[in-house]
Amino acid sequence: MKTDQANPNLTDYLPLLFQGVPITLEVTFAATALLVVSGFVFGLGRGSKNRLIRWPAGFVVEVLRGSSAIAQLFWAFYVLPYLGINLEPFTAGIMVLGLNGGAYFSEVVRAAFASVPKGQTEAAIALNLSAWFRLRRIILPQALPIMVPPFGNALIDMLKFTALLSLVTIQELAYRADAIRSVLADAAPVYSLTLLIYFAMALTLSLGVQWLERLVNRWGGRTAAGSNQRAASGVPRWAFGR
Amino acid sequence: MGGIPDDALLGMRDVTMRYGSRTVIDAIRLAVKPREKLAIIGPSGSGKTTILRLAMGLERPTDGFIRIDGQYLWHVQRNGALAPAGEQQARRARRAVGMVFQQFNLFPHMTALQNVTEPLIHVLRVNKKEANDRATDLLTRVGLATHLDHRPAQLSGGQQQRVAIARSLALRPKLMLFDEVTSALDPELIGEVLNVIRDLAHTTSMAMMIVTHEITFAADIADRVIVFDHGRIVEEGAPDVVLRQPQSPRTQQFLKAILER
Amino acid sequence: MTFQWDWGFALQTLPTLFQGLIFTLEATFYGSLLAFALGLIWALARLADVPVASQIVRLWVEFVRGTPLLIQLYFLFFIFPSYGVTLPALETGIIGLGIYYSAYASEVYRAGIEGVPRGQWEASLALGLPLRRVWGRIVLPQAMRFAIPVFGTYVISMFKESAILSTISVLELMGQANIISAETARYVEPLSMAALIFLCISYPAARLVRLLEARTGAS
Repeated sequence: MKTDQANPNLTDYLPLLFQGVPITLEVTFAATALLVVSGFVFGLGRGSKNRLIRWPAGFVVEVLRGSSAIAQLFWAFYVLPYLGINLEPFTAGIMVLGLNGGAYFSEVVRAAFASVPKGQTEAAIALNLSAWFRLRRIILPQALPIMVPPFGNALIDMLKFTALLSLVTIQELAYRADAIRSVLADAAPVYSLTLLIYFAMALTLSLGVQWLERLVNRWGGRTAAGSNQRAASGVPRWAFGR
Repeated sequence: MGGIPDDALLGMRDVTMRYGSRTVIDAIRLAVKPREKLAIIGPSGSGKTTILRLAMGLERPTDGFIRIDGQYLWHVQRNGALAPAGEQQARRARRAVGMVFQQFNLFPHMTALQNVTEPLIHVLRVNKKEANDRATDLLTRVGLATHLDHRPAQLSGGQQQRVAIARSLALRPKLMLFDEVTSALDPELIGEVLNVIRDLAHTTSMAMMIVTHEITFAADIADRVIVFDHGRIVEEGAPDVVLRQPQSPRTQQFLKAILER
Repeated sequence: MTFQWDWGFALQTLPTLFQGLIFTLEATFYGSLLAFALGLIWALARLADVPVASQIVRLWVEFVRGTPLLIQLYFLFFIFPSYGVTLPALETGIIGLGIYYSAYASEVYRAGIEGVPRGQWEASLALGLPLRRVWGRIVLPQAMRFAIPVFGTYVISMFKESAILSTISVLELMGQANIISAETARYVEPLSMAALIFLCISYPAARLVRLLEARTGAS
């Protein structure tokens, strides 16, 4: 980092800033992957009929959701070493974000599976289909499309949460923005630009999720969810006096 | 002015309603006299509900003129000619009209009494005590004296519809519109609502436009029956004539289908 | 190195942590007020469908929702002084939280208002009720039936996320825990106690909100 110039300029640091983008995206996707896996584990656990599975799963979820993600991050980073667990900052960060997010996503998973009509399972059993086949071809195609929009939100939230990793020395985008700010006299340009970069990433991810939505809906045998449902609601034109 | 008979309480001339490429109402000419009871029947999608909504000013026609009790709904008279006008003018014209809806549309977070006092207090500017008295009278009149403090969720469909009627009556409209008001009711609850309407027909001076599938009821209280089909009036006349000896083949088809259920 | 949990020390941290908790609660309270007030403004601006303004508000809401709260806070924290605005860190934090959550609140308001059945509007129009009454007594109350439980969850989220204010030097719960850790070089007890306090408040609150949800859903 060139710090010995007379008048440091934001443009000098742009490469440094932008190098944070792939790191941010990497962490986002890794943590989201963990979010999905843990979300399924917790969600199915909480939906289980077996109390011995349901209660511990519920407990873990409530603890993960109820204690602040930021507190968990600091806790994982500073406390775990004392308990003999030494994690790389990256690993610790991805684990906290992934598990925390998974705890929230577990509710989405549970609700999606619960919303598949019982009749579907019963019909499949009556047709002598194996449990695996039932899951893969009957239940999942109906549950998955429901999960996609909340997943999209979780993905974007995860992108934003990665900024917190800057607090535990991970050099993603937010970390670099802050570092550059401390070198330059003016905070506005670097933070404005950083916000725009995040916004651009969020929009791109949104587009990706929309594509995923179409894909999953087609696999599940539906047309775009709710596109015909412009029901009798909504604010009439005269509501604002026109 | 506008080709509408002077003695008409409600007049429609060349009223057309289009949604995109679909023509729902096709150049209708219609007049309702004071105190007249008009029944409108016809197949689904024929435009009969739309006509009512146009009469209430809920929608603005694509073309044509609508006049209620001397006031045009969507036009103002300026320098002896009619110019298009907006929501403010419509509000003025709507005062003479009341409407009862198929889905009741009661305010769910208010009691029956509060539903009826709402327009009394906030439109007629009546004070609270007077409003309560009038509302109690109206609700008693429709047979709900013991249900004043019930919320809609605690009332049956027939009771809710009667509250809706009482609420519309509160404003003493000159013209009352009934849009298939029994179609959403369980069969055993239809009678109580029809009885209220019949009572109103005989004891008030309101004009009425009733869109209904209850043909017998329509024949009973209507002075005139209109048959709608594909946005046009295909038959019009006294109940006896229209219902016993219809001229138009469409009317004949429709009545045959209805009566053979 | 084996670790020994020191209950004595852990309990000693509590008074300081509770001091921080007060700021946390303050930030949550005022942040929520700001968020719900602004959120309604954004929602109405979008619903009114004003040619240019509505689109700008829409973009603004998407922008606030699509960028990290942390950076938004830094932005405010470092920008305000350069425009001559000297606000204490807590106030800056409140504004930051308020703006961020107002974007979410606006979507909830919109959904709530658009969810009010058309028939309610039509009955109001047929009766000739004045617009102010339609909004104030008919539509908004019904919209809030839907919105309030969701707002409950947002308040709880804000409570937990207020820990982020520690990054702009606010001495709320997380900030105090960090200070204790730094001063005593003991991390386990303060950070664990802080996490526990978060849990002890947010879990019952979440149960309360779920109860509220069930009640407004049924009635």
